[in-house]
Amino acid sequence: MKKESVPMRIIHFYIEGFRSMTLGKTLWLIILIKLFIMFCILKPFFFPRHLGQFKEETERQEYVSDELIQRAELITP
Amino acid sequence: MIENIDTSLIDWSRAQFALTAIYHWLFVPLTLGLGIIQAIMETIYYKTGKTFWKTTAQFWMKIFGINFAIGVATGLILEFEFGTNWSNYSWFVGDIFGAPLAIEGVVAFFMEATFIAVMFFGWNKVSKGFHLASTWLTIVGATLSALWILVANAWMQYPAGMTFNPDSVRNEMSDFWAVALSPVAINKFFHTVLSGWIVGGAVVVGISSWYLLKKRNTAFALGSIKIGALFGLTASLLTLWTGDGSAYQVAQKQPMKLAAMEGLYEGGNGIGLVGVGVLNPAKNNYDDAVNPFLFKIELPKMLSFFAERDLNAYVPGISNLIDGGYRTSGGEIALSAQEKIEKGKLAIQALANYRQARKDGNETVALESRATLDENFAYFGYGYIKNPTDLIPPIGLTFYSFRVMVILGGFFILLFLVATIVSYKNNFGNKRWLQWICLWTIPLAYLAGQAGWVVAEVGRQPWAIQDILPTSAAVSKLSTSSVQITFFLFLILFTILLIAELGIMVKTIKKGPASSEE
Repeated sequence: MKKESVPMRIIHFYIEGFRSMTLGKTLWLIILIKLFIMFCILKPFFFPRHLGQFKEETERQEYVSDELIQRAELITP
Repeated sequence: MIENIDTSLIDWSRAQFALTAIYHWLFVPLTLGLGIIQAIMETIYYKTGKTFWKTTAQFWMKIFGINFAIGVATGLILEFEFGTNWSNYSWFVGDIFGAPLAIEGVVAFFMEATFIAVMFFGWNKVSKGFHLASTWLTIVGATLSALWILVANAWMQYPAGMTFNPDSVRNEMSDFWAVALSPVAINKFFHTVLSGWIVGGAVVVGISSWYLLKKRNTAFALGSIKIGALFGLTASLLTLWTGDGSAYQVAQKQPMKLAAMEGLYEGGNGIGLVGVGVLNPAKNNYDDAVNPFLFKIELPKMLSFFAERDLNAYVPGISNLIDGGYRTSGGEIALSAQEKIEKGKLAIQALANYRQARKDGNETVALESRATLDENFAYFGYGYIKNPTDLIPPIGLTFYSFRVMVILGGFFILLFLVATIVSYKNNFGNKRWLQWICLWTIPLAYLAGQAGWVVAEVGRQPWAIQDILPTSAAVSKLSTSSVQITFFLFLILFTILLIAELGIMVKTIKKGPASSEE
């Protein structure tokens, strides 16, 4: 019988592993639901990158420097 | 126009981050501790060939797997929060924070993810030696993940190895090893990971005690207790040692945190360590001459010894740190808080002048401003402090959390010592009182870890980055209501996850290890 290649053996190792799971199937379901909530709901709708509103790196630099300077309540030039 | 940041925005943003971190830390320590214990058990199986140790290791791997699955990726939410709620901070820290987290993501996480599959799917499919190596490499990967996160956290407590670039408004890493191997990072890593090992030991001994109380799976329970108790004892003793190292670093790098941990308002030479004490709620100001304690028992001169390795050394209190003028252990005269605030304002003004000069093409002013900024950058964050008393962290929470951690640490040493001796004398099965104590020690182990984090994080307020960025400057300008919404969303999400974990875990524990073990 022809021996399987290493990549195929690895693929079959994972497939058989997932098939033979009992409790693991529930856990994977929880992981997938959790990742869906995190990346498809929380991240886009509740956690946009605050500095993502600026397209250019220089705009971000300018925004943060203004923030840091103004919050100190100094008299700036 | 200058827009003031609402303090409720800062408070809600901090509460949200604290909630997420606290929940995340419910899952991590068991992964770190139980991972080592199951690897030890599998190593015994590998050495002796006894299937008892194989089924024992497999049962604890199942508990490990449940905890890992529920907890995995909860830490990513902290990274979401950096980008959304702490955007000034995220930009300002630049690659200092990014580099360790990138290494964590690429190396440690993938190492963990690869070998965990072999650990769970590989029984009877790969050789015993390869399986054992995968089990060890899984926990090495998990520990390396923790290392890089803790290096990043340690840098916030003791910023080193960086240069501030006023053009990019970012701190740029100038010395990777100064960041990765800072004494604060090393102590933090060992102290934190070892506290996770205590949780692992407590969970193994506690759950095994439950089996003994139920008079079932006795051989499995007694075998597990022998490993768990000895492991817990070793971890507790090492945690005591690294705790001393951590406290020494706090004394050197964050003296205000140390003063808060001890409720020390007036410093001096040969200061005692408060063993137990009750703070006086009538103490409202650092300089109001009200006795800060209603009651306390001190260990004479021990704070001086732990802080400076000298029984008669000077330790500054809160008043001294605010008023300055004392001689530091390095021999310099300490600046007052007001002097630091002035230097901070100079640094921020220099940043403003530098950027304006660059826009105007005035290189002479830019160079002068850059020199002023560099000279005063160590005090940059003080420029945001309105009142010197804002530099005092919450004393009560820091003081009591520290005592909870230390007293529980002492309790763990005693309990694991007794449990180890009794189990190796083969008497553990007869000591129901000890079994009950071990069972109820499980939540205490988690409590000690959380208390430790409260000391580390609340005790360093008002700083997001020690001395160079307070939370008031680090927080994003968002509406407070949006932060409140996400706070409660997380509360609901994480509570559901926690209930799911506890439910699945209790069911698995009730089912018990695979036939076997007797």
